[in-house]
Amino acid sequence: MQNPIVAEIEAAPAEDFSYQGRIWRRFWRSPLTIAGVAGLLFLVLFSFVGPLIYRVNPLTINLLHILQPPDAQFPLGTDDLGRNELARLMVGGQASLIVGFASAFVSMVFGTLYGMVAGLAGGWVDTVMMRVVDIILSIPALFILLFLDAVFKPNVALMVVILASTAWLGVARLVRAEVLTIKTRTYVEAARALGASQARIMRYYLFPNYLGTVLVAGTFSVADSILAIATLSFLGLGLPPPAPNWGSDLATAMNYMYQNAWWIIYPPGLAILLAELSINFVGDGLRQAFDTRLS
Amino acid sequence: MGRYIIRRILEAIPSLLGVTLISFILLHIVPGNPVRLLLGNHWTPYRARILARNLGLNKPLYMQYLIWLWKALHGNFQYSYVYDQPVTSLILQALPHTLELVVLAVMLAHLTAVLIGTVQAYYANSVFDQVVTVILYFFYAMPTFWLGILVIELFAIHLGWFPAGGITNPDNPNPNFWSYVYHLVLPVLTLMITSMAGWARYMRSSMRETLVQDYIRTARSKGAGEFRVLFVHALRNSVLPLITLFGLSLPALFGGALVVEEIFNYPGMGLLYWDAANARDYPVLLAIIVFLGVVTILGNLIADLLYALVDPRISYN
Repeated sequence: MQNPIVAEIEAAPAEDFSYQGRIWRRFWRSPLTIAGVAGLLFLVLFSFVGPLIYRVNPLTINLLHILQPPDAQFPLGTDDLGRNELARLMVGGQASLIVGFASAFVSMVFGTLYGMVAGLAGGWVDTVMMRVVDIILSIPALFILLFLDAVFKPNVALMVVILASTAWLGVARLVRAEVLTIKTRTYVEAARALGASQARIMRYYLFPNYLGTVLVAGTFSVADSILAIATLSFLGLGLPPPAPNWGSDLATAMNYMYQNAWWIIYPPGLAILLAELSINFVGDGLRQAFDTRLS
Repeated sequence: MGRYIIRRILEAIPSLLGVTLISFILLHIVPGNPVRLLLGNHWTPYRARILARNLGLNKPLYMQYLIWLWKALHGNFQYSYVYDQPVTSLILQALPHTLELVVLAVMLAHLTAVLIGTVQAYYANSVFDQVVTVILYFFYAMPTFWLGILVIELFAIHLGWFPAGGITNPDNPNPNFWSYVYHLVLPVLTLMITSMAGWARYMRSSMRETLVQDYIRTARSKGAGEFRVLFVHALRNSVLPLITLFGLSLPALFGGALVVEEIFNYPGMGLLYWDAANARDYPVLLAIIVFLGVVTILGNLIADLLYALVDPRISYN
């Protein structure tokens, strides 16, 4: 005969008390996080699954239907060349999202390595490395991006690198600050005393401890990158035409404001706003989950 | 204090030199040759050699840098490739417009952010606070160029209160002061809103931390009115973080000004830079990047010194 108390404990649903489990639960606690994840999910489905269902070529020019308000044939109307605005909105999201996430990833990897090396090395190596970061940070990022964009006329892959070229700086600063505090902890000293190599200390003792900070910073840099590529496209640069993009669609819309072409002014802006808000909400959720002091 | 100021100024010098070096490297690692661009269809090997020599492009890179730096230190930023004018005079034409825009926007943004943040902190977690927080979040996430478009839609097209762009009325040969102000309203409003949202959030949290301090309770117990407690006792300490924040947000402000100038066709540094980037006018690009980098470093330096000046708790050692 089994003890009833033991049986009750065993029957109770197992609650996850692991570190990951705690973070997972803290992440979903805020309704804003859920809204953010939902918004992001919507945008991904809209941009990547949408074109599979709504099979209209966003590049087809139709001069009989120029600047037509929304109707049954064109759910979001047409632009100045008679191109279907809904299809443009869907495909335009693809490049923004891909470039945004990819450049955030590249900047996270590079910024982490850079910050970790600077923090661990210390001394004049650290001073010089961080001075370089400070100096690049003092030049407005948009001016650097605009210049590189104008000169290189980039494709998607090069665009990722260009955006990452300014986004890694913040990550490097954060990681270096984290490394400076973590490297003085006793468990790191113990590992070193046991003969662990620098690489091993970086990989197993430092990296897991600031992964949260990097993830939070990385999430916000996705928002920054999406905004940056939209801004560059709006300024007539960004990815080369005729590929649709939210930013360049808005630049077109600006020419037709006096015709009151609201259907090409509001949707692309709302799409960018939704992306920015969703990613910021997710970032806030991650920050609470990992309990980082980042702002 | 004096020693602290001198030390901070000396520390800024390597950064200032660094800005010139990094911008110089940036502009010279890119493909494409300005000589080829300038000559276009008139390109011949002989002309290319002559032009390269005239522009000093035949010298090794480090010599080009040192020559550029030496001249720059004398206030000579060489000639624009495109406009055939000294870069300095191009910048001096554009600079006042950008300064008007940025300075006015920063001042108004600070003022509104401090007011909104203070009132929000006082009524923390009320319905009012939550509604304002959501509105600020929207403004914070809103792309500057879309906000600019919406501002033009509302105030220039639907209401017709303000002009949609330019610095003065082009039909009027002798614009007066108010014409400039009139054309400045919408660009300033756009730039102000984008910077204000983030600062108000900081102000709210800073004010909330201040309001639970002991000296606030002391002020209340001595019979100070709520208005006095809030705007005399609490405000002074809560605005301190905004000083540092101002220095840090300078690069973003100049980026915002570029976008605003482009939307409102406002002939400042941003528009000049945009034109120069498309034409690969290297001397202009280099001068503007260096100029903005120097302004940012000096801005941060001033913010640090101001902070030390207004907060007696900071030690200068």
